[in-house]
Amino acid sequence: MTQLVIFNLFNGLIIGAFYAMMALGLSLILNLSGVINFAHGGFLAIGGYLAYTLIPWLGFWGALLVSPFLVAFIGLAIERVLIRRLYGRDPLYSLLLTFGLAFMIEDGTRFIWGAQSLPFQIPSWLAAPMSTSLFFLTGYRVFMMVLVAAVVLALFLILNRTKLGLRIRAGTLDLETVSVLGVNVRVLRNLNFGLGIYMAGLAGVLASGMLGLQPTVGDSLIMPSFISIIVGGLGSLPGTLAGGILIGVASGVTTVFFPPASEAVIYVIMAAVLIVRPRGILGEEGRY
Amino acid sequence: MPMLDKRAANVLVWLLLATAPFWLEGVGSYVELGSRVLIYALAAMALNFLLGYTGVLSFGHAAYFGLGGYGVAMCIKFFYPSTLLAMLVGIVVGTVAAAVIGPMIMRLRGVYFAMCTIAFGQVFFFIAFQWSSVTGGDDGLSAWQRQPINLGFMSLDLLNDSKAFYYFVLAVFAICVGIMAFLLRSPFGRTLLAIRENERRARFLGIPVDRHIWYSWVISCCFVSVAGCLYALLSDFIDPRAIRWDQSGNFVIMTVLGGMRSFWGPLVGAAIFLVLQDFISSHTANWMSFIGLFFVLIVLFFPRGVLGLIRRKTTS
Repeated sequence: MTQLVIFNLFNGLIIGAFYAMMALGLSLILNLSGVINFAHGGFLAIGGYLAYTLIPWLGFWGALLVSPFLVAFIGLAIERVLIRRLYGRDPLYSLLLTFGLAFMIEDGTRFIWGAQSLPFQIPSWLAAPMSTSLFFLTGYRVFMMVLVAAVVLALFLILNRTKLGLRIRAGTLDLETVSVLGVNVRVLRNLNFGLGIYMAGLAGVLASGMLGLQPTVGDSLIMPSFISIIVGGLGSLPGTLAGGILIGVASGVTTVFFPPASEAVIYVIMAAVLIVRPRGILGEEGRY
Repeated sequence: MPMLDKRAANVLVWLLLATAPFWLEGVGSYVELGSRVLIYALAAMALNFLLGYTGVLSFGHAAYFGLGGYGVAMCIKFFYPSTLLAMLVGIVVGTVAAAVIGPMIMRLRGVYFAMCTIAFGQVFFFIAFQWSSVTGGDDGLSAWQRQPINLGFMSLDLLNDSKAFYYFVLAVFAICVGIMAFLLRSPFGRTLLAIRENERRARFLGIPVDRHIWYSWVISCCFVSVAGCLYALLSDFIDPRAIRWDQSGNFVIMTVLGGMRSFWGPLVGAAIFLVLQDFISSHTANWMSFIGLFFVLIVLFFPRGVLGLIRRKTTS
């Protein structure tokens, strides 16, 4: 029993780290641009599929390195051509636009790579279980966990130690003042969007190694990411991180006791947070 | 717009709707598509009550649409085969769910409200999808049929006579639309408009804003669940796709396409959207790309919608 709990706890932690990585990307974009990026799951799928195409040439490690950057470039281009036009308008329009994009990306990946699930090769030494006696945790999951932790750490270092990060944080609080102080807000939002999409692309490569590849691979991850943001508190990146890990662990632990509810518990947590503390765990008062 | 024009437009709309079964086939369409347009139009108009007239962005209306549909399907299949009773069950289920969820989200605004409505909508999608012993899971609920309605002096054969079903849908549509128009003209409706125009000012005037948003939300979801009931009856079938978030997106795009601030806008939007969807999906397997592109184009080039554009032309 203890073993089972520990196993699922760890599994929950991995899934939670995943949700958090998706949600951090979404949250970055939402905070600075006020855009809910519905197409985030689509970008995740593109990340996975591009890596799949690149593996024969670059190998797993090369694809892991290159694919997220390619996705980020696609993101930069889409922001520049489409999403930029909608800043300052009713959030309804950016929602609808990214909604349409999500449709197009899903159908596009299906058109290019086919509707069938594709196998995704990861290095065999990562795919093997680490220990047969304790619990059947593959090295890949541990590796994912470590990588996600490193990326999240790097993100917070960028936000807290670099000029770009400073500007993003300042822009989240008051974009107009940042603009008045001489920062090119258009470029800032563009880069910030790219950063968020990079996280989605990386999550896509990692997820494909665990779940395989289908055009709808992002669908099951986008809702928990939304809920991570709601639970953690809008406008707070540490909150989003905490929210993601919290719901991941909660659903992991619920799997031990009552598997059918593992998905439902996420929504219960959301409802509880909204009743007790509508601004979210670490959200600021009066922001929304 | 002058009063006369408005009245003329109303007469024209009702005339077109009342005669639709007789000219639809003449223009290469079919009666069932007419029923579907009415059903989606009712859903989009109900959404517009909240979106266009209260200024609150909901992206989760498919949940209450689907609840209405499942209510109807389960009532007829497991409980008692009566169309009207089943509709009552569907409407109550959808409205009660909305009333319970309302207090949790009525304090939120803007994007945050939208996100929470999406997330809560997915709760019902998951229930419908996972609880397959009751809801049929991914396959949905089939093997039940809409029942004839006995009016005393005559019996409406909804099942075999598509025109009879169309007029049944039209009657329900007319009642719902009438109630919404009445509500919007009442002091209550004016209060909602005030909240849309300037929430802070409305609050200073002593209007309980959150409570009014809750009322508007419940009313809107109630009529969406009526549409959901009709949707299930239309094809004698309901499945989780009726609840999923892309369905909510469809309602919103219909509303925007027709014109958010106008009463008949969603009807126009629903008609255009469904005819186009019907056309595209019968010509290409990649219809999702086209619908997605359609979303993008509307947002970029047509944000005021058809009626918004016409209105601007006539005033300028």
